[in-house]
Amino acid sequence: MNNIRKRDLMSLLGCFALFAILQLLLSFDIIGPFWELNMILIGINIILAVSLNLINGYTGQFSIGHAGFLAIGAYTGAIVTVKLGLPFELALIVGTLCAGLVGFMIGLPTLRLKGDYLAIATLGLGEIIRICILNIEYVGGASGLMGIPRETNFAWVFWVGIFIIFFIKNFINSASGRSCLAIRENEIAAETMGIDTTKYKVLAFTIGAAFAGTAGVLFSHYFYIAHPASFTFMRSFDILTMVVLGGLGSMSGAITGAFLLTFISAFLAEYPEWRMVIYSVTLIVLMIHRPQGLFGNKELSLKMFKMGGGNDDGRTAESK
Amino acid sequence: METGSFLHQFIQQLINGISLGSIYALIALGYTMIYGIIKLINFAHGDIYMLGAYFGFVATTMFGFSFIPALVFAMAAAALTGIIIERVAYRPMRKAPRIAILITAIGVSFFLEYGMILIATPQPRTFPAVFEATVYNIAGLVINSQQLVILFSALVLMTALTYIVNKTKVGKAMRAVSFDTDAARLMGIDIDRIISMTFALGSALAAAAGVLVGVYYNSIDPLMGMLPGMKAFVAAVLGGIGIIPGAMLGGLIMGVVEAMVSGFFSSTFRDAAAFGILILILLYRPAGLLGKNIREKV
Repeated sequence: MNNIRKRDLMSLLGCFALFAILQLLLSFDIIGPFWELNMILIGINIILAVSLNLINGYTGQFSIGHAGFLAIGAYTGAIVTVKLGLPFELALIVGTLCAGLVGFMIGLPTLRLKGDYLAIATLGLGEIIRICILNIEYVGGASGLMGIPRETNFAWVFWVGIFIIFFIKNFINSASGRSCLAIRENEIAAETMGIDTTKYKVLAFTIGAAFAGTAGVLFSHYFYIAHPASFTFMRSFDILTMVVLGGLGSMSGAITGAFLLTFISAFLAEYPEWRMVIYSVTLIVLMIHRPQGLFGNKELSLKMFKMGGGNDDGRTAESK
Repeated sequence: METGSFLHQFIQQLINGISLGSIYALIALGYTMIYGIIKLINFAHGDIYMLGAYFGFVATTMFGFSFIPALVFAMAAAALTGIIIERVAYRPMRKAPRIAILITAIGVSFFLEYGMILIATPQPRTFPAVFEATVYNIAGLVINSQQLVILFSALVLMTALTYIVNKTKVGKAMRAVSFDTDAARLMGIDIDRIISMTFALGSALAAAAGVLVGVYYNSIDPLMGMLPGMKAFVAAVLGGIGIIPGAMLGGLIMGVVEAMVSGFFSSTFRDAAAFGILILILLYRPAGLLGKNIREKV
């Protein structure tokens, strides 16, 4: 127990150091506005990838409608600040809760489905959310909700991101998280062991959806606008790609995937006509050569370098 | 009078829906066949349909082909593309986890879309009128010659496909592979060849749908395959994925429902209706309308 706390403290210190360095680079304008924007995007994408990883990677429920929850967070957050004139902090909470609530309502009936069927159902629901928003005049309909104040900055994205990463990491190491892992490994076996599979599947889905909502609030309060075109199924595919590329069921994988893909796409911004072509070829080649993703389901840790083979963070913590 | 005009409107939308639906059915057939054989949701299938439309465009504008040769050319070219895609992107992944193949399919889809934007610019192009459009007015109902051509071509192609699948040796092999791949391999069936054939057939049908849409709406663009691709997949699930008559039925239902929603309700909710049907069918009859429920065994 003591050991875990010590390690958490160490990682928290590491986060402070990383934050201090990046924030200093930003304050002294060493990182220009283009890369500042991309750092924020990377942060938001990391939140999205990590939250989707909880559903897809850890619980093994194939969901590809994450953009829908992103949209709900973006819009409800914007309603709180723009229409009701309430502070941004409250918007973050409301956006998270609303997306979580919708996730719960969607998860309860659809999580009975398995595999590809669940994937298609979540994809469809994500699109339905978007089309509904498109038809609500109160939030601007097809032209989007404009005039959102820019409240998100690097510090917000960074600390919210760190909070979510720690939350999900601890969730996975809790009894509920273990149940989720058991469901991923073998749902029938988990059920025979007395795990309420529906409960944990819905729980993981709700938490994942809620954090996607948080990312949505951050997103709309950085870009001044919430527009239905930003939340199509292409966006869901984007997030899914990050998770699978990094390695399903690996926290470091999701973070690396989000970082790498956002970085590649920012780097290719100079060649707009080639951007998506190169992006897609990279994706195909990477998948053919490393179908389990960059990390598999392993975590990046010092042990990985010491012993040549990685050890799951959670498993070491449990054995102590 | 009220009921009379309602009935009139209803039949009109039914006609529009059936012609739109037969296009969905043609695309859905490819989805269902490919899923039936390698259990892959081929997200790139909608883009093959787009490619087909462009092949048809090239054949009519550059080579000056008339409708039927252009249709055949587009189908052949798309079949070849389908085989190449399978060979290059999917075959190396036969044993990979399914989600990785799915991501590859998404990658292929992006590649086709943005590759086409690179070659043909994102601007929509006007598909030439390959035959004279006449509008028939029967008892106040409007049917145009494009709709008749769509219906007729779809009917011919689906009959041909049914014949190939049910009566020929290749079709028999396809059914065998989709029923039990390992047993089929033990019987000496060349699995890779059959999968190639399936991609070729499915792609050809999608290309035909692309040309027909070009003729119907007179406009094609590189991203035209995204939404119809999705909806055709919904159609395949609706009919029962892996089941060929199911895809035809599903396509027609989708087309009719969409036409009804845009005719009686609002065209902005048209796409939501498509996905709404999907959710309902998945919740109440996940195996599809014509599918059988299979219990999972431990």
